[in-house]
Amino acid sequence: MTTYQEFIQQNEDRDGIRCSWNLWPSSRLEATRLVVPVSCLYTPLKERPDLPPVQYEPVLCSRANCKAVLNPLCQVDFRAKIWACNFCFQRNSFPPSYAGISEVNQPAELMPQFSTIEYIVQRGPPTPLIFLYVVDTCLEEEDLQALKESLQMSLSLLPPNALVGLITFGRMVQIHELSCEGIAKSYVFRGTKELTPKQIQEMLGLMKPATSGQQGKPLAPHDAAASCRFLQPVQAVDMNLTDLLGELQRDPWPVPQGKRPLRSTGIALSIAIGLLEGTFPNTGARVMLFTGGPPTQGPGMVVGDELKTPIRSWHDIQKDNARHLKKATKYYEALANRAAVNGHSVDIYACALDQTGLLEMKPLSNLTGGHIVMGDSFNTSLFKQTFQRVFSKDYNGEFRMAFGGTLEVKTSRELKVSGAIGPCVSLNNKGPCVSDNEMGVGGTCQWKICSLTPATTLALYFEVVNQHNAPIPQGGRGAIQFVTQYQHSNTQRRIRVTTVARNWADAQSQIQHIETSFDQEASAVLMARLGVFRAESEEGPDVLRWLDRQLIRLCQKFGQFNKDDPNSFRLSESLSLYPQFMFHLRRSPFLQVFNNSPDESSYYRHHFVRQDLTQSLIMVQPILYSYSFYGPPEPVLLDSSSILPDRILLMDTFFQLVIYHGETIAQWRKAGYQEMAEYENFKQLLQAPLDDAQEILQTRFPMPRYIDTEHGGSQARFLLSKVNPSQTHNNLYAWGQESGAPILTDDVSLQVFMDHLKKLAVSSSA
Amino acid sequence: MRVRDELRMNVNQQPHMASPYGQPQPGYQGYPQPGYGGGHVPSGYPTQYAPYNGPGSGYQQGPPQGMRGPPTSGAPPVSGAQNYSQFGQGETQNGPPPMGAPPQRPPVSQTYTPGAVNMSGPQPPYGQQFGAPPVSMQQMTNQMASMQVGSTAPSPAGPGYAPPSVSQAAMSAPYTPAAPPTFPPTSTAPSQPPPTEAVAQAPPQSYYGAPPPAQQPFPNAAPPFSSTGPTQPQAPPPVSPQSFPQVSPVSQPPFSTAQVPPGPTQSYGGPLPPTQPSFPRPPLSTSQPSAFPAGPPPTSTPSQLPGVMQPQPPVSQPSPYHSGPPQISTGFPPQVGVPPRPPLAGMQGPPPMVSQGPLMASQGPPMASQGHPPMASQGPPMAQANHVPPTQPGMPPGPINASMSGPPPQPGMQGYPPQQNGAFGQVRGPQPGYTGPYPGQPNYGAPPAAPAPAPSAPKRLDPDSIPSPIQVIEDDKANKGSEPFTTGVRGQAPPLVTTKFQVRDQGNASPRYIRCTAYNVPCNSDMAKQSQVPLAAVIKPLAPLPADESPPYLVDHGESGPIRCNRCKAYMCPYMQFIEGGRRFQCGFCSCVTEVPPHYFQHLDHTGKRVDCYDRPELSMGSYEFMATVDYCKNNKFPQPPAYIFLIDVSYNAVKNGMVGIVCQELKTLLDYLPRENPDVESNIRVGFVTYNKVLHFYNVKASLAQPQMMVVSDVADMFVPLLDGFLVNVSESRVVIESLLDQIPEMFADTRETETVFGPVIQAGLEALKAADCAGKLFVFHSSLPIAEAPGKLKNREDKKLVGTDKEKSLFQPQVSFYNTLAKECVTQGCCVDLFLFPNQYVDVATLGVVPTSTGGSIYKYTYFQAPSDQERFLNDLRRDVQKQVGFDAVMRVRTSTGIRATDFFGSFYMSNTTDVELAGLDCDKTVTVEFRHDDKLSEETGALMQCAVLYTSCSGQRRLRIHNMAVNCCSQLADLYRNCETDTIINFFAKYAYRSVLSGPTKNVRDSLVNQCAQILACYRKNCASPSSAGQLILPECMKLLPVYLNCVLKSDVLQPGADVSLDDRAYLRQLVSSMDVAESHVFFYPRLLPLQKLDAESMSLPVAVRDSEERLSRGGVYLLENGLNFFLWVGVNAQQELLQNIFGTPAFSQIDPNMTSLPALDNPFSKRLREIIESVRAQRSRYMKLMVVKQEDKLELIFKHFLVEDKSNNGGASYVDFLCHMHKEIRQLLS
Repeated sequence: MTTYQEFIQQNEDRDGIRCSWNLWPSSRLEATRLVVPVSCLYTPLKERPDLPPVQYEPVLCSRANCKAVLNPLCQVDFRAKIWACNFCFQRNSFPPSYAGISEVNQPAELMPQFSTIEYIVQRGPPTPLIFLYVVDTCLEEEDLQALKESLQMSLSLLPPNALVGLITFGRMVQIHELSCEGIAKSYVFRGTKELTPKQIQEMLGLMKPATSGQQGKPLAPHDAAASCRFLQPVQAVDMNLTDLLGELQRDPWPVPQGKRPLRSTGIALSIAIGLLEGTFPNTGARVMLFTGGPPTQGPGMVVGDELKTPIRSWHDIQKDNARHLKKATKYYEALANRAAVNGHSVDIYACALDQTGLLEMKPLSNLTGGHIVMGDSFNTSLFKQTFQRVFSKDYNGEFRMAFGGTLEVKTSRELKVSGAIGPCVSLNNKGPCVSDNEMGVGGTCQWKICSLTPATTLALYFEVVNQHNAPIPQGGRGAIQFVTQYQHSNTQRRIRVTTVARNWADAQSQIQHIETSFDQEASAVLMARLGVFRAESEEGPDVLRWLDRQLIRLCQKFGQFNKDDPNSFRLSESLSLYPQFMFHLRRSPFLQVFNNSPDESSYYRHHFVRQDLTQSLIMVQPILYSYSFYGPPEPVLLDSSSILPDRILLMDTFFQLVIYHGETIAQWRKAGYQEMAEYENFKQLLQAPLDDAQEILQTRFPMPRYIDTEHGGSQARFLLSKVNPSQTHNNLYAWGQESGAPILTDDVSLQVFMDHLKKLAVSSSA
Repeated sequence: MRVRDELRMNVNQQPHMASPYGQPQPGYQGYPQPGYGGGHVPSGYPTQYAPYNGPGSGYQQGPPQGMRGPPTSGAPPVSGAQNYSQFGQGETQNGPPPMGAPPQRPPVSQTYTPGAVNMSGPQPPYGQQFGAPPVSMQQMTNQMASMQVGSTAPSPAGPGYAPPSVSQAAMSAPYTPAAPPTFPPTSTAPSQPPPTEAVAQAPPQSYYGAPPPAQQPFPNAAPPFSSTGPTQPQAPPPVSPQSFPQVSPVSQPPFSTAQVPPGPTQSYGGPLPPTQPSFPRPPLSTSQPSAFPAGPPPTSTPSQLPGVMQPQPPVSQPSPYHSGPPQISTGFPPQVGVPPRPPLAGMQGPPPMVSQGPLMASQGPPMASQGHPPMASQGPPMAQANHVPPTQPGMPPGPINASMSGPPPQPGMQGYPPQQNGAFGQVRGPQPGYTGPYPGQPNYGAPPAAPAPAPSAPKRLDPDSIPSPIQVIEDDKANKGSEPFTTGVRGQAPPLVTTKFQVRDQGNASPRYIRCTAYNVPCNSDMAKQSQVPLAAVIKPLAPLPADESPPYLVDHGESGPIRCNRCKAYMCPYMQFIEGGRRFQCGFCSCVTEVPPHYFQHLDHTGKRVDCYDRPELSMGSYEFMATVDYCKNNKFPQPPAYIFLIDVSYNAVKNGMVGIVCQELKTLLDYLPRENPDVESNIRVGFVTYNKVLHFYNVKASLAQPQMMVVSDVADMFVPLLDGFLVNVSESRVVIESLLDQIPEMFADTRETETVFGPVIQAGLEALKAADCAGKLFVFHSSLPIAEAPGKLKNREDKKLVGTDKEKSLFQPQVSFYNTLAKECVTQGCCVDLFLFPNQYVDVATLGVVPTSTGGSIYKYTYFQAPSDQERFLNDLRRDVQKQVGFDAVMRVRTSTGIRATDFFGSFYMSNTTDVELAGLDCDKTVTVEFRHDDKLSEETGALMQCAVLYTSCSGQRRLRIHNMAVNCCSQLADLYRNCETDTIINFFAKYAYRSVLSGPTKNVRDSLVNQCAQILACYRKNCASPSSAGQLILPECMKLLPVYLNCVLKSDVLQPGADVSLDDRAYLRQLVSSMDVAESHVFFYPRLLPLQKLDAESMSLPVAVRDSEERLSRGGVYLLENGLNFFLWVGVNAQQELLQNIFGTPAFSQIDPNMTSLPALDNPFSKRLREIIESVRAQRSRYMKLMVVKQEDKLELIFKHFLVEDKSNNGGASYVDFLCHMHKEIRQLLS
């Protein structure tokens, strides 16, 4: 039998699934006592080069409220050509096309290795992808120029039949008509007036005259042509659009001294969404917002145009001093929901030194699966390459993006789904497998994920509903089926079905087994998502307190100790790393807002709740590599003790890549030894982390901020703020020793944290 | 008594005149010159005088100057003068106080004018000096005159006339004779005693002896002038005035006496006898009359007489005179009339004769002409006869003149009758009539009533016997057209708008800028109420001037801005009196004393005038401009250059009828002609373009773009400007882009299927654009249909003809939504003027769409059923003119008045946010504001009534300026003065605007009734207070107002007040708004169209044929006529038109081959065709809007339209004919009197 490690890895590779527990407690009571809920991280579009999609429709259970897809877990009666649904036990006959099946002639979906399978289905005419650029023109000339170039470049990356549109905004919002020749036409909207989608469509001439009440229906072909004035195939308007972009001017309205430029981001987005809504509902589309500053007027305004009023900080928010926050957030949420309903996603590329209002605008991306990219300027490689990477292609030469996905979860009877956390919105489908107990976005068994990438990962939480005294369910296994329908970037409609099962275990008799089935990495991420999700709506300290409480309970549950004797506390191997994850999570920018602007927090959280497990873990606990003459590069503890003068450190926090040269190394480097032939090895040492960093940079989306610093450098703070402050000015015993770099902080170190944890875990009063 | 009073008054006036002169006397001449640039001086005087009624004008000028001087210096004389001064006007003209000068300057001047001419004529006999004398004489004559016409007649006899070849000469001749007498007085003045006597006798003598005396005086005073010859006359006048002052006291009596005599004569047609006798001429006249009878009598005379008789009286004030005769009232009863006529004829006859004067000898002919007038031959004869007589009568009519004039009319009677007044016809031979008439009166009374039982005659008033507009116009031309009109004389009515004349600004604004209804304002409100004559000024602040008149000088008072009165804030002007050696000045308006700023200080000369008076336009002229300082600018910063924004409807209709293409094509070239102040520099005006249907398309035409960019704004509910940079551009910089745009617009919308349009947002768009650019400007909106698209200002079709004639009719003139009122207010605040070009195919609700243009000083142009081929030319010409014309922006006009009167009401295209400031977003050179004044206190005859119209505006180059127009009118304590110095055309302008505004608030019928009522009261008041007693049945009209009935009738039956079934509501609203900003010339021809008989056209001559009256009867089936009213232009072709004529005009001899659809005449190579086309062009050039020529063939369907403009006829929609209306009017008056 393989180890759990291998099992987990295997499962992840095949199905894109990591469960917190790989044995499930068979009763509700036991499940709740486990502290970490039965839950999983699911990557719906995990790249599976070895999984060719099948070209037919899935076979569905005929029960109306089940509709589960035929899968390897189903019992099949080959002679009777009947299969039993493993979720509802409904017996279904195979469709005529399956007439030839037999034990030796099974369709793919019945083979165990195809617990994840993808179907290509025919649903209506294929619709091209849509990219609608929403471009802020209140930029510095340099920025605008760089942005224009990026946009022009991007045209060559788009599939030729993709539809593109362009909206520019500043004080006004302009939606450019792309089909015309000669005079360049654009429709202009005032940046301060909120318009209903209907008004927008009327004003853009998208409404069929005298139609009424046909809301939501795709327009007839000839009307689509009308809409095409704004959305044209790239191949047709390539030149036009390139010129148009080239002629883009900075917003011509004068900006008086002491004012911010008037930026109508809110209206621009509302028009973009209104346009798509009216022309291509339920079609994959990306609205790509490029903005260089906060919205300063109209609905969705984040800050006034007076420069003397700074944009809200966490401090303001905590003091309830952010005037526009609630209104703007509400506005963007409403927009995001509209976009989500129609399957359109919104990307935000915000490049500015100051905040740009991501806090308020984040629902747009969070709810629709769009990207958020934050940078200092459009004229940086961070933006340029990230933007380019949006259009990266997979091994099949197809875009790593999918649109209009819906994820449906089906569970066997003992299990109900409590909710999901990820870039999705609820479709409010209350099926029989929906739990009343909500975690994350709950109350539904279907979620809409408007835009997916192969990395998009959702956290799904379940509730065991089997009663305490009920027997272990029949078959001994609980099953979950994930059905993801989406529009592939090549415009095909596809359905990916993943069916997983785990054994039930009696928590009282098999607690050890359950303990060993614990996936601490997945659990840490799953708990972290819950924490982040809470942090969005609750006060920071409350969330921390909740996390601590959960951790203590977990330790109490699984730790081995003598009461009131902290020193006796032990955790089994399967849980040993978990407290450390929690320690770093507590210090992470996802939960700590100190030193982060609200925008940054939003940005970090945005990425945290959508990346896969590996990346998420990096975010929680950055990886630290050490390079020295003493051996090959090695991962070292994320601890201040790792900061040594003769080492080069490479830290990957997901958002930043920091190369840190120890004091001695830095001096050598300054002295130019690397230039000398006899110190070739030093040169190589210097080069090694750079190469490794490049490797990471190549694959990471979004591009991390790349920082090359050294001991005493100002940028070293990125490293110092992440490492465990095992040595500080407070623990005198270590002060001045050659064992690392002291961190000037009052934060508790891991050791202290663990000490307290142990104390609390063993305390009988807790 | 009255007469005497009047005379005295006159006398006084004269003295007044004199006084001024007295002081300045010597100086005067000098002064005048200095008055203006040195250049002026030398020539100025002479010329002015010369041109003027020689004497009259000359005097006037003098006086004004004198006036100024007097106050300061010559106290004593002043006092004397002052008294006179009241009559100021009189003074001026009447240099020769004795004469009727005081009576009516206007008339006088008119008559004189001719006189002046005559002068030349007379001169020979008299010597040049006469020239001058004549003037004075004229006045005299005027007063007496009319009566004396007869006497004048003699004058005619005066061979002198003959010489004058000019018709005027004829006139003058008679006057001249009179003049002599005057002179005597003047001259006598010095000699005092003798003069008096002389005066008395003068009249008689005048002809013979008088002249000499006059000459003498002149020689004395004006010897130098004499040298000038023609000018001399002027000189003399001054002299005479001077003499007067001195003599004045003494002389007055003499004058009075002198006048008295005339008075009587005048007043009484009857008294005439004495006068007549006095007038040796009378005999002549009589003889003439007799002659007339002989010649004309048979035909016209007799017949006319009856009619005429009466008419005559009515005609010219003669009526009053005639009144005597009026008895004739029955006059109509030709019966009575007949007898009288002869006498009348004799008396008056001469005058008319005179007019024909030149024809003197040919009086007979005149007679004939008179007779003819009615008929075809009217043309010349009519005119002459009419004119002359009228003028004469007019002159005399004045106060006393009225009576005086009366006589003339009488003479005119025969001649006149046909002419103008005849209307009243009752006139009966005034003179003889007196007795006779009376008896007859009873009858009359009835008859006049109109159709009254009156004898058959009454039934049908002879149209020729009622006052003829044509006659009046021609007379005025003849009398006043040849000499410049100088504005220095207070209280003097300018020539009619139909007369071409030159203006010399000598301290009052030119009549091109300001015309008043009355140039003698009643001293107190009781009088004003009694007379009911509206006191109003029609102000056209930026009126264009002919090339020979210089535009207002620009004055810069430096950083501290224009010097103003501390209290009332009136601007420095000639009415400011400098005191204390020049350290302070006293405001002429509020009397407040203000310190003179050091930089403006100047010493005074011995007359109390500033030494630099004539170097500074603001001290010596009526109109000038100040540079405004930053304090006068919005937000305290100098304005940006204005912008023009073209907003073009590109909906289906607009594209289909070709408008879009035409506009775009035209703009390409038109943009090179934007207004500019310096022709060598490019215009500062920036331009922008917008097209629209249901949504708006803005265009970015920035010079740096390769292609224009279109920006569509579909959020019409909340309009805004989508771009700033690149929308308003300099034409030359962005020429390529603009041309590309204009080329593409028609293409882009060629296939449009959008039929709905918006309108409110269009204006909002322009407004917002101007706001964004922070400048003033003008929007040119080219619009085709009712804005029914969903947007602010959306309208619904509310055309409901059933409401016409009901109490709800007013709602049709009111905007249907208040949106546009609010919008207009915003536009005004920003200085956004809107010009609207409409191309409707159906109802577009002009009443509502027009709100913004009419509130912002804009214009509306309407091209119903626009068809590119036929209407293009008209539209393009209008557009070109509209784009090119000079215009000021963001204007505020304020009218300040001297204590005692107050501007109370304003009419025109503007907005008022308070009761005093007229705000005009744009003020172009065609826009006119009519201001009504009311008393709030008593006025003093000494100081007169002053008004100052100050217009603060931004010029087309972005300069902030103040244009100041000053106007002083006399105040009178005698109603007669009022009636003698008023201007009917202006009154009609006022009435029309008043009535057209009233339809907004009351049923149209009430408006009509109140108009009729007011006019009846005006005329009744005159009859009651100014006319000599006469039978109640006689219709007596003041000379200056004898056309009031006919014009009023035109107003009453205009489409707005009395629409026919075929007149659309839009047309009515359009005309209503159009009239509201018309000046007098436009309103005159609009209400009384000009009808030119082309068969009389002399292809060789530069003059136009004399117009004929607007009546079908006047059209000859064999003729071809041109008719124009400023908006419409018809060429009417009679069925029997001569083949040659048709050949010349159309290139075809056959009537049937004339294409009624042609809009321009073929260019044929014959003199007649050339000349005709020239005329058409010149007529068009006179009007602010291009008139499309319509060819109307007699008995064709189109003729109905044409007939609509024959305003003397009964109209289809119930409008009364002139004759009927006159009868009705008479009835009303009689009711008031009884």
